[in-house]
Amino acid sequence: MAEAMPAAPSLIGRRIRKLDAPEKASGRTRYIHDLEVPGALHAKILRSTEIHARIVAIDTSAARALPGVHAVITAADVPWQRPIGVGKDHLPLKTDRVRSLRDEIAAVAADTEEIAEAALRLIRVTYAKLPVLADVTAAMAADAPQLHEGRPGNVAMTFDYAQGDVAQGERESDVVIEDVFRLHYVTHCCMGVSGVIAEFDPAGNLLLHSNTQVPFLHKREFAEALGIDPARIRIIQPPIGGAFGSKLDIYPFEPIAIFLAKITGRPVKLLFTREEEFLASPTRQPVLLKLRSGCRRDGTLTFRTVETVHDNGAYTSWGATTPFVMMQTISSLYRVPHCLYHTAAIYTNNPYAGSFRGYGNLQATFAVEAHMEKLAEAVGMDGLAFRLKNAQTAGEVTPQGMQFKSCGFQQCLETAAARSDYLRKHAAYAAQQRAPGPVKRGIGMASMLHVGGGAKIYPSDGCGTILKIDDFAHVTLMTGASEIGQGSETVLAQLVCEELGLPLEAVTVVNNDTDITPWDVGVHASRTTFIAGNSAIGAARKARAKILAAAAQKTGLTEEALGLAGGCVVRRASGERLFELGKFLRGLHFSDRAELVMTTFYYEPPSRHQDREFKGDVSAAYAWATQVCEVEVDSDTGIVRLLKVTGAHDVGRVLNRLGIEGQIEGGVVMGQGYALTEDLMVDHGVIRNPNFRDYKLVTAPEIPEMDITFIETLDGEGPQGAKGVGEAPAICIAAAIANAIWNATGTRIYALPFTPEHVYRALHGAAAPPAWTGGA
Amino acid sequence: MSVNCDIAFTLNGVPRRLAVPADMSTLELLRDQLGLTGTKYGCGEGECGACTVLVDGASVNACLMFAVDCDGRELVTVEGVVAGATGQRLRDAFVASGAVQCGFCTPGFMVQASHLLGQGRAGGEAEIRRGIEGNLCRCTGYRKIIDAIATAAQGGDHG
Repeated sequence: MAEAMPAAPSLIGRRIRKLDAPEKASGRTRYIHDLEVPGALHAKILRSTEIHARIVAIDTSAARALPGVHAVITAADVPWQRPIGVGKDHLPLKTDRVRSLRDEIAAVAADTEEIAEAALRLIRVTYAKLPVLADVTAAMAADAPQLHEGRPGNVAMTFDYAQGDVAQGERESDVVIEDVFRLHYVTHCCMGVSGVIAEFDPAGNLLLHSNTQVPFLHKREFAEALGIDPARIRIIQPPIGGAFGSKLDIYPFEPIAIFLAKITGRPVKLLFTREEEFLASPTRQPVLLKLRSGCRRDGTLTFRTVETVHDNGAYTSWGATTPFVMMQTISSLYRVPHCLYHTAAIYTNNPYAGSFRGYGNLQATFAVEAHMEKLAEAVGMDGLAFRLKNAQTAGEVTPQGMQFKSCGFQQCLETAAARSDYLRKHAAYAAQQRAPGPVKRGIGMASMLHVGGGAKIYPSDGCGTILKIDDFAHVTLMTGASEIGQGSETVLAQLVCEELGLPLEAVTVVNNDTDITPWDVGVHASRTTFIAGNSAIGAARKARAKILAAAAQKTGLTEEALGLAGGCVVRRASGERLFELGKFLRGLHFSDRAELVMTTFYYEPPSRHQDREFKGDVSAAYAWATQVCEVEVDSDTGIVRLLKVTGAHDVGRVLNRLGIEGQIEGGVVMGQGYALTEDLMVDHGVIRNPNFRDYKLVTAPEIPEMDITFIETLDGEGPQGAKGVGEAPAICIAAAIANAIWNATGTRIYALPFTPEHVYRALHGAAAPPAWTGGA
Repeated sequence: MSVNCDIAFTLNGVPRRLAVPADMSTLELLRDQLGLTGTKYGCGEGECGACTVLVDGASVNACLMFAVDCDGRELVTVEGVVAGATGQRLRDAFVASGAVQCGFCTPGFMVQASHLLGQGRAGGEAEIRRGIEGNLCRCTGYRKIIDAIATAAQGGDHG
């Protein structure tokens, strides 16, 4: 075969079909709910019926006696259990006290779910009620009971950050404004409910089928919680029915299933009901935020002073650490010379917050972008010019220490404004505010900064890859990266195929078994394409170098004169096919020096890690976006319709266009839900709407028209120039809608969500703006 | 323990006779007794559409229908949908349009979409949007699902 052929087209930027889509669309994919393990028992958890109480007695005798029940356990049966979670303040089974309605008191393993449920109803718990800390004000009161030992004032965590001198910044300001913002509870609503299957093999090794986003770090956490050797834990992730940050921590149901498996000697499967999913999953962190900002007459920002108080709920998960991201937006989205930031996360008897797509950034952006709009108006500038004047550019190092090597922020602003006709519409709609009729239109803008090159949350941010090529030129890519529906398996295969000149069908991705795949810190922080992508490219390049070296030896040509394309070794210059790759590899495999297994690790490049004052760099690259929302507001009903979202996203480079469009569209609609429809109603510790009838997700008729432009800044460190994008699209929507409602009506609403009743009250002067109750 | 009832019905074109507990849902019958796990539990109260099946041509939430009420009826699940020409066209369009992310809601959308196509109710954007309003998706923002159904309605995938 020596015929010439045109150079194979690059796969980068193409619409690549998701590898697992055909089986998912056919109903053939087996999620954790669909797995049958021979001999498995079914587990159910008894949760508290009191919000805050001492447990006086638990009587499990009737439940234990029920036929078909194999084990009923309480804290007394597992005296060796250890606290779990980010704050290590949370025992899987509660000993003498419950602190929220979700609290786990007992658990049953039985032959069927029905028997397990019947057994739960036979357990008698006697409580002695304690005062309920229904909000942060109650929890911060001088005489409030302390929810956790060693946590005076019910303070779970605090964060402080300072740059410059805000007093000086205020003196230099021509305009100073201060407002209080209130951000509400929402929850992930993954379509697949939570679940786990735990079993011990005959040698005593633990096998977990788990939906975790963090398999390797969770091995250690489970080992610590159970007092066993982490090397004896294997985690397999079946296909996951949505995650969005919800599976970043371990939760009581997982150790409880393991306890039951250990005690019964049988595999144990535990699945939530949807109601349980609402009651016992993490939430997004609700925040009360006071923002004081200033600028000069010419529109230069001078300072920001921020105080926030977070309702931590009864236990500490990742939600408490979201200030780490919030302060980045406050200090570094725009150039602000002076910043002071203080946060306290306060224990209450409410549901506890975890991580959720955007990780505090939706809350921070909501406040910051409201003030950008208000300050612009105060100095008589349009919102676009005011933002452009203060927007970061490539090459800047912010006072916090973040380095913006690639930055398309100004281009995002200009593109989104131009494509949405922002300036003309903004002026036209403002002029219509007093026009007759209840229905008004408005347009609003907001922008965001988010990590796009991994996140240095842990001492390092690495991911490993093992790549092997068989003698039919089929590649098996073993990656530490987890697939949660976002399409990482497809984009990693695509990056490998780009290096090796192979079609997508020539790659199998193995990404879900800790016994096989190399180490990784988990799927979070929009990091997978960047970190795992770089790692996969590294392995593919090693393979390519080995193949080309062998081909050079065989042909007498230099390695530089050779290439891989269309499943062949080719002459680089002409594209002439020299060897069919499979045949060539068979030859190599039968030689004694093939070694066609490659291993690589990618770690983010060296940088100044954040210190204890949060100064330093947190990511190898940063993603930027501007989103413009156009709305229709009906002042007679309070209904806000989101008509159109015009987004411009600096994504570095588009890899899989189909995949990235899906991420943006899904994120926009999730942001729409946060702004307009979703509201987890927590009333004195009780979730009032634990179902999809009363917790409203956006449905298909309500989605906006979406016009998305990708700004390709070709990041120097990114895989093929790409940056992370998973969280970005959800971040600005609520902030942009708030600005659009202001443009439509002249009314600024400082609290989410913009549900009809809330908006109606605000428009008719019947809703007081949020008051600061976070203490002095 | 509840009483068992004998039922006879057609499932994906195959006649079935079996005994089911009187309090069993059609969702449990399909998943637990017959091993057809393409039909998903998303909420158990008819709000999410992940368990959508066709019963005598009507789209139904299997979680809200007692298994005994399958007696004498014709059921089609996602497994049956993709075995037919319309289902294959839909599957190809879902794949080519990028309508699948985590995929958990996808079988419900596939069944509902086949229902819309069968009824001639996928004629335009607004009709498709209304037609899938009972199905929730948390990943895609629906855009590509709507596109996929429109593509299939026009006769093929665009890949």
